[in-house]
Amino acid sequence: MPVRQLDGRPVWQRRTTRRQWAIWAGWFAGVVLFVWCWELMTSRTIWAFVWDAPRQAADIGSRMLPPRWSYIDKLLWPLWDTLNIATLGTLLGIIIAVPVAFLAARNTTPSALFLRPVALFIIVASRSINSLIWALLLVSMIGPGLLAGIIAIGLRSIGFVGKLLYEAIEEIDESQVEAVRATGASGAQVLDYGIVPQILPAFAGISVFRWDINIRESTILGLVGAGGIGLQLQASLNTLAWPQVTMILLLVLGTVLVSEWVSAKVRHAVI
Amino acid sequence: MSTAAAGRRWRRPPVLIKNRRTRWLVYGGLVIYLALAISTVEVNWLRVYEGLDRGWRFVQGFLAPDFVSRWKDISQGLAESLSMTVTSTVVGVLLAVPVGIGAARNVAPMPIYLFCRAIIALSRTFQEVIIAIFFVAMFGFGPFAGFLTLAFGTIGFMAKLLAEDIEDIDEAQAEAVRATGASFPQLINYGIQPQVMPRLIGLSLYRLDINFRESAVIGIVGAGGIGATLNTAIDRYEYDSAGAILLLIILIVMAAEYSSSHVRGWVQ
Repeated sequence: MPVRQLDGRPVWQRRTTRRQWAIWAGWFAGVVLFVWCWELMTSRTIWAFVWDAPRQAADIGSRMLPPRWSYIDKLLWPLWDTLNIATLGTLLGIIIAVPVAFLAARNTTPSALFLRPVALFIIVASRSINSLIWALLLVSMIGPGLLAGIIAIGLRSIGFVGKLLYEAIEEIDESQVEAVRATGASGAQVLDYGIVPQILPAFAGISVFRWDINIRESTILGLVGAGGIGLQLQASLNTLAWPQVTMILLLVLGTVLVSEWVSAKVRHAVI
Repeated sequence: MSTAAAGRRWRRPPVLIKNRRTRWLVYGGLVIYLALAISTVEVNWLRVYEGLDRGWRFVQGFLAPDFVSRWKDISQGLAESLSMTVTSTVVGVLLAVPVGIGAARNVAPMPIYLFCRAIIALSRTFQEVIIAIFFVAMFGFGPFAGFLTLAFGTIGFMAKLLAEDIEDIDEAQAEAVRATGASFPQLINYGIQPQVMPRLIGLSLYRLDINFRESAVIGIVGAGGIGATLNTAIDRYEYDSAGAILLLIILIVMAAEYSSSHVRGWVQ
C-alpha cells in the first residue's frame, strides 16, 4: 500500500506516485487525441451551414407534416418485397453460416490449422462490412433488384449467425457428445444426436434475432437500388416529397416494432 | 430398462415445438410463405449472368487490391472516418452517461426517467443511415453530419445499456453509501460508478468499433468518411481500389476487436 510521509506522519494514498502520473498522462493523451481528431474532422466543415441548421430543421419539419396518408397504397407492395428480402436473405445467410460455424468451432473443426482460420476470416469479413456496402457492390455487379438485396442481407448475416453459433458450439457440454460417441455412433450421428440438440435453442434464437435486425436493414437497401421500400424513400427524397418521406418512415417504424415483438416472443419461447 | 419397454422402439422427441398441431401449422405456414415469397421475386437472369463477369473481376480486385493509384482519396477518407469515429464516440459516451443515469429506475425520479427513456427510444428507432440523411440535409455534406449521426446513435446505445447496468447493481453498496448521508453526486461516484465502470469501458470500446463500421456506411448518403470514397470507387467500377478499401476496413475492425478484447481483460 502506497504511504507518503507528510509532516512526519504517514498518509495513505490510493495509488503510488508513479501510477498516478501514468494515469494522468493517459488522460492527457486521450484529450490530445480527441482535440486532434476534432480539428481533423472539422477542418473542411462549412460552419455557415452548421449555424443555419436549426432553421433548416424547422423548415424540413414543417414540410414533413402532415404525412401523406394516401401514399400507403403505393407502399404495400414494396413493403412485401422488403419483408422478402429480409426473410430470404436470412435463410441464405443461415444456410451458409451453419457449415462455416462448424468449421470455426474449436471442438468440431476438421482441421484447426487450415480450415479454422479460413472460416474465422469469412466470419470477420462478413461482419465488418455492412449490408448496405454489400448491396452497393452487388447492385453494381448483378444490377438493381431484389436479388442483390437478398444476397447482400445473406452475406452480412453469415458473420453474425456464424460467430454466435460457433461460440454456442464451443460452449456445449462435451459429456453428452462423449456419451453418444461411446455408443459407437458415426461422426454424422454424433453431430445429429450429441451436438445439434444442444445448440438448437441458441440457433433458433440467433436466427430470429438476425431476422429482426435484417428487417431494419432491408428497409434502407433500396437507397442503393437493391429493392424494397428504400427505393420509394430514395425517390421521395430526390423529389423532396417530404410528406411521403414521413409516411414511409412511419410505416418502417411500424414494421420494425412488429418484427421486434415477434422476435422477442419467439426468443422468449425457445430460450 | 424394463422388459415392457424392451419391445418398443425409441423415437426421437420433436425438436423445438412440442405440440404436434402447432408444429404442422408453423411448418406449413413457412412453406406457403416461402413459395409465395420466392414466386414474387423478379430476377432478370440475363443481367445476373452478365454480372458474373463483373463479380469475378471484383474477386480478382479483392485478391489483388490496388492501394496505390487512389491512395490520396483513400487516406483522406480513412482519416475522416477515424477522426469521426473517435470524436463521436467520446461525445456520445459523455452525453450518454447522464441520460443513462436518468433512465435507471432505481436512481432517477419518474419524470426524469420517462424523459431519458424517450431520448433513448428516439435515438434507437431509426437506422443510422436514415438519421444521416436528415443530418446531411440540415448540416450540409461532410464528416460533421456523420459525427452528429454517430454521436446520436451512440447516446441511445450506451444510455440503454448503462441504464440496464445501473438497474442491475448490488443495491447493498448503494444503500451503504446512502446511509452515510451522501449527496446524490456522491452516491453516483462512490456507490454506483465503481460497479458499472468496467462494463462501461468495455461497451465504449465496443461502440467505438461499431461507429467505425457505421462510418463506412453513412458516407454513402453524403456524411463523409471512407464510405464516400468506396461509393465513388464502386460507381467507377474500380474494383481493385474498392477491394483495397474493403480490406482496410476489415483489417481496422479486426485490429479494433483484438485490442479491445485485450483492454477489456485488463480493465476487468
